[in-house]
Amino acid sequence: MSEMNPVTGDAATTKEGTSTAAEPGPDGANAVPTRERARSLGRDAWEELRKRPSFWFSTALIMIMIIMALFPQLFTALAPQSDPRAADLSRARQAPSGDAWFGFDGQGYDIYARTIYGARASILVGVLTTVGTLLLGSIIGLVAGFRGGWLDALLSRVGEIFWAIPLLLGGVLFMTSFPSGLDTPYSVVVGKVVFVLTILGWPRIARIMRSAVLQVKPLDYVQAARALGASPLRIVLKHVLPNAFTSVIVVATIDLGAYIATEATLSFLGIGLQPPVVSWGIAISNASGLGLLQSAPHMLLFPSVFLSVTVLAFIMLGDAVRDAFDPKGR
Amino acid sequence: MAKNKQIREPEGFATWTPSDGHLLDVRNLNVEFNTRDGKAKAINGASFHLDRGETLAILGESGSGKSVTAQTIMGILDSPPASVTGGEILFRGVDLLKLPEEQRRVVRGRKIAMIFQDALSALNPVFTVGWQIAEMFRVHRGCSKAEAKDMAIKLMERVNIPGAAARYGNFPHQFSGGMRQRIMIAMSIALDPEILIADEPTTALDVTVQAQIMELLKELQAETGTGLILITHDLGVVADVADRINVMYAGRIVEQAEAKELYASPAHPYSEGLLNSIPRLDQSTGQLVAIGGLPPNLTKIPEGCAFNPRCRYAQDVCRTGEVPPLVDLGGNRSSACHFVSELVAGTLQPNGLQVVTGIQPAVAEENGDQA
Amino acid sequence: MGTYVLRRILQMIPVIIGTTFLIYWMVFSLGDPTIGRCGERPCPQAYVDKIHAEYNLDQPLIIQYVRYLGKVLHGDFGTSFNGTTVADQLMNRWPVTFKVAIIAIIFEALIGIAAGILAGLRRRSFWDSLVFVSTLVIISIPSFVLGSVAQMVFGVKLQWFAVTATQGTWNQLLLPGLVLGSLSMAYIARLTRNSLADNLSSDFVRTARAKGLSNGRIVGIHTFRNSLIPVVTFIGADFGALMGGAIVTERIFNIPGIGGYVFQSIQTKDATAVVGTITMLVLVFLVMNLIVDLLYGALDPRIGHE
Repeated sequence: MSEMNPVTGDAATTKEGTSTAAEPGPDGANAVPTRERARSLGRDAWEELRKRPSFWFSTALIMIMIIMALFPQLFTALAPQSDPRAADLSRARQAPSGDAWFGFDGQGYDIYARTIYGARASILVGVLTTVGTLLLGSIIGLVAGFRGGWLDALLSRVGEIFWAIPLLLGGVLFMTSFPSGLDTPYSVVVGKVVFVLTILGWPRIARIMRSAVLQVKPLDYVQAARALGASPLRIVLKHVLPNAFTSVIVVATIDLGAYIATEATLSFLGIGLQPPVVSWGIAISNASGLGLLQSAPHMLLFPSVFLSVTVLAFIMLGDAVRDAFDPKGR
Repeated sequence: MAKNKQIREPEGFATWTPSDGHLLDVRNLNVEFNTRDGKAKAINGASFHLDRGETLAILGESGSGKSVTAQTIMGILDSPPASVTGGEILFRGVDLLKLPEEQRRVVRGRKIAMIFQDALSALNPVFTVGWQIAEMFRVHRGCSKAEAKDMAIKLMERVNIPGAAARYGNFPHQFSGGMRQRIMIAMSIALDPEILIADEPTTALDVTVQAQIMELLKELQAETGTGLILITHDLGVVADVADRINVMYAGRIVEQAEAKELYASPAHPYSEGLLNSIPRLDQSTGQLVAIGGLPPNLTKIPEGCAFNPRCRYAQDVCRTGEVPPLVDLGGNRSSACHFVSELVAGTLQPNGLQVVTGIQPAVAEENGDQA
Repeated sequence: MGTYVLRRILQMIPVIIGTTFLIYWMVFSLGDPTIGRCGERPCPQAYVDKIHAEYNLDQPLIIQYVRYLGKVLHGDFGTSFNGTTVADQLMNRWPVTFKVAIIAIIFEALIGIAAGILAGLRRRSFWDSLVFVSTLVIISIPSFVLGSVAQMVFGVKLQWFAVTATQGTWNQLLLPGLVLGSLSMAYIARLTRNSLADNLSSDFVRTARAKGLSNGRIVGIHTFRNSLIPVVTFIGADFGALMGGAIVTERIFNIPGIGGYVFQSIQTKDATAVVGTITMLVLVFLVMNLIVDLLYGALDPRIGHE
């Protein structure tokens, strides 16, 4: 789950600079202000997006997962077992029944309740990391793009260094160097995972932002705005963000799925979240011993399905947005 | 590769003589594109013809359907989304549209060849230019590698590429724009085609290089007697090369005339607009006037004469009446305007309505004429 | 071409220095290098002293780092508290991981490219949709879920494959290899499809058609090479990335490879082993990326001749 860059499947993105096709046409053919084009493109894309079932499907799934993370009680209220921390060892590994929809796990916890409550950790890590990379990446990318010169060179090199460390390897390294014990608070463990994923994930956003700045900077009306003393903030809001919006949204959504998967993988390896925290990664880890696979496959099944569907929803949303915005795909 | 040679040329090619009609005769061509906004009518009953050794210019703004016309003749339209919904393309008396794909392919490249606008993207970036030229001989003539290479180098010399033999192994991106366009031209004339279609061959080039390329095309045409269809938005390019000019608007030919006559007295308000929008040496007075407005959206072509919203002479009949047909005016020219006689006589008065003026002359905007 | 190679190699040096410095700084300066290295108990004073001496922890950071880098470049990735050196472990274990990676790469290249071509040639067809949906599903399922499920279904239930691979033979490693390669397989399918589709609608394909070439020749010669350039480079870079995925796969299938070693060391709280191994894996990843860049230059004439 580390190198997510090819997920866009875009041949042109593999190599920067080989596809600088956006040179202005011979006789000002490209003089149409990009801003206007971006805006009408945005409206077109929204029309296009609205027609896609995959967009609505993934959005609905994401909404459900977010509600699940915020208010797990809503989902367990009607279930026969509603407490994720109530263990009944005598019923350990019992198969799903009317009495326990998803059955019981190895400790006798109700799997349904634990699966519902497990959403919180994944969504929390995914959303916080995405917010973190967006903030950090945007700021660094904008500064690099606007300032240019040595600062740009430096920030770009630093970005390359962080980008060079695969997400999972970096995660393992960090979590091993700053181990969590049984008494480490939940927020600290989550915070550590979010921190390391943010640190490793920001360069991609920064790169998009930087190139968006470089794209709009030479445009006449931006030059004019700068000459007239428009603040950089205004230029960013009016010209850069609309330009970068699509790519950022697509990358951020797809990466969000990747962050969730990486967090779960770290938990699975035993260095992310740890019991007694309820999380899908831990549940899957606990379920994947060989003997258990044979005797209680339901322990593996339910958290796996929830985790996969959540990741799927984000990737599907990213795909749908990209397809809607990519005029070639139409 | 040799298989290709064995496909027979369409019957009728061999027996055809110039007395049987035009070399290329396009009749009432209709092409549509399926788009998200509905059917875009890129070509609406265009008719024109080309004879041996003649240079025909097809002139129009972007979106007028000229490139689509070229690609339809070549048979390289992407379908879907495009489909030819009517008409004939007679080449040596044979309707190309009715030929099976196999036979059509024999015509492509061998009988009718094409030069594209942007040679950098039109040439394959991962093969050497020499290989790409030689491919014509290897595929169509079944030549050996060495033979094909010799012939390709000769062609490169013929289009004036300095050090042709040495540059055989270079890649397209290693050439200047003008040299790349020469490579394109070499490739297109490799098999001595009877018709050469040049789609905006000089648009991507500097002015001085433009002139050299046009000069080269003229020379080659004089040598071989090829019929040349020159597709352009640039009246300047056309002026001293074209024998005849067809002006295209919204997928129709609106005027066709000898080049000199069109320059002297345009017989359609659109041609007049195009002429008024370029600087001319023979007229030292007067202002440059851009044609107001933009070419029509091909999914919603205006009723009546398609040009009426931008026409300064438009009357009610232009807005509601029939589409004005292309009327023969004698002297090898025709026009599709209700008021053509008044226009030519110089008695037609502007209707006084302010035509919505655009920001810039729409003629100047031309970038890949894909409907 | 020569200057390109040189430039890429020179560009790589700061990245390698930066990356190793980052790792070193994080592990030995930011964190406490004597925590979590000796299993559940605190490290014995002897080992603490040894670490202090080994990594020159009393020296200024920059000197510590330079000495550390020197060691790493000599293949010294540290010594665990139980006395085994990381380098020895890696030497013993790399052949198994290499085998898994080879299986994964063959699988992802063959199936991924085939599926991508199928979808790219018939855009918007049933096959295209099938490839799109199935790759979406594969990308969405985290590898440890996929691994566990595959182990259960194909190993335990259907008994098509060995359930575990404790011996590390080719036969046993087949299923782990497929699991390891499946994510990249999905990427390759998508990459091939998109790159083929892009090329098929490019101007030079239009030119090829205007030249009167047959469809087979247009696809097989004029677009094949262009389309595979990004795919080949992806596969190259992926070799490094697979090393990371191996941690998960080898844990699930109990494989005595490098990934299994990392997992074991996580379990036994042997941070020296984890850090050393991962540093090595990151270096492999970087070197693979460099090789891929050079390969890219060789495959795409536009790059090498700049």
